[in-house]
Amino acid sequence: MKVRDIVQLLKGRIVAGSDMQDREVQYGFASDLMSDVLTLDTDHLLLITGLANLQVIRTAEMADIMCVAFVRDKKVSPEMIELATENHIVLLETPYSMFRAVSVLHDNGLEPVY
Amino acid sequence: MGAMEFRYEVEGGNFSKAGHASSAVKKILKQLNVDARIIKRVVVALYEGEVNVVAHAHKGHILVNINEDEIGISIIDQGPGIPDIDLAMQEGFSTASAAVREMGFGAGMGLPNMKKNTDNFEIESQVGVGTTVRMTTRLS
Ligand SMILES: Nc1ncnc2c1ncn2[C@@H]1O[C@H](COP(=O)(O)OP(=O)(O)OP(=O)(O)O)[C@@H](O)[C@H]1O
Ligand SMILES: [Mg+2]
Repeated sequence: MKVRDIVQLLKGRIVAGSDMQDREVQYGFASDLMSDVLTLDTDHLLLITGLANLQVIRTAEMADIMCVAFVRDKKVSPEMIELATENHIVLLETPYSMFRAVSVLHDNGLEPVY
Repeated sequence: MGAMEFRYEVEGGNFSKAGHASSAVKKILKQLNVDARIIKRVVVALYEGEVNVVAHAHKGHILVNINEDEIGISIIDQGPGIPDIDLAMQEGFSTASAAVREMGFGAGMGLPNMKKNTDNFEIESQVGVGTTVRMTTRLS
């Protein structure tokens, strides 16, 4: 699915990278543990997390993760937006809980990594 | 291409700056047209090492050597050191503080993941003095 489909499915709001909504995303991974995320070797991945800090963006930068969804309306800071923009990472906020976001995306065909 | 050398300082406890060295090295490797998969391996290992200094040590520095064939990285810190390296290398072992866990770290995955992502990995530590990690990865 495309980033724009994810935004729609999650009733989300893009806060960085709104010009990159045509990117294809195939897999989803939900975690608040950045070192766990850093063990992945998966392309076209969406990271779903309840943690909103600069290290999430750094992790996405190092692991070549193209899109991050922050659940429960966790607020993304200006520094996070700046770093994401510099690294061409799409950020979106969704009011959904982690559980709901994951189920909706899975029902619509996003694949698990493991 | 001649050999290149870079040095970065790392502040213990300062999570907002954790990753600046990894980010800089990623840009350099991209400019050198290194394969994206290799870049990812190198910078993931470096970033985990950088975060370990921030999370567990007082301060440190990173030395990066790049030549045509490989990248060598040394992460040298002043800090508490690691009393049992075999134990620290086990997946899931962590002594990270609550503050570190709140930042999204402390799963006990960093060191094993650094080893996995590099071609050569060595760690040396002296309790009460500090820790040095040396890693090399072939660039092609
Ligand atoms: N530079 C260091 N100085 C002192 N202790 C360290 C250092 N690096 C690692 N350690 C010790 O080794 C343990 C395991 O490190 P490792 O990087 O695998 O996990 P972590 O840092 O606790 O969590 P994670 O890396 O998953 O976020 C740490 O919890 C800490 O006790
Ligand atoms: Mg670690």
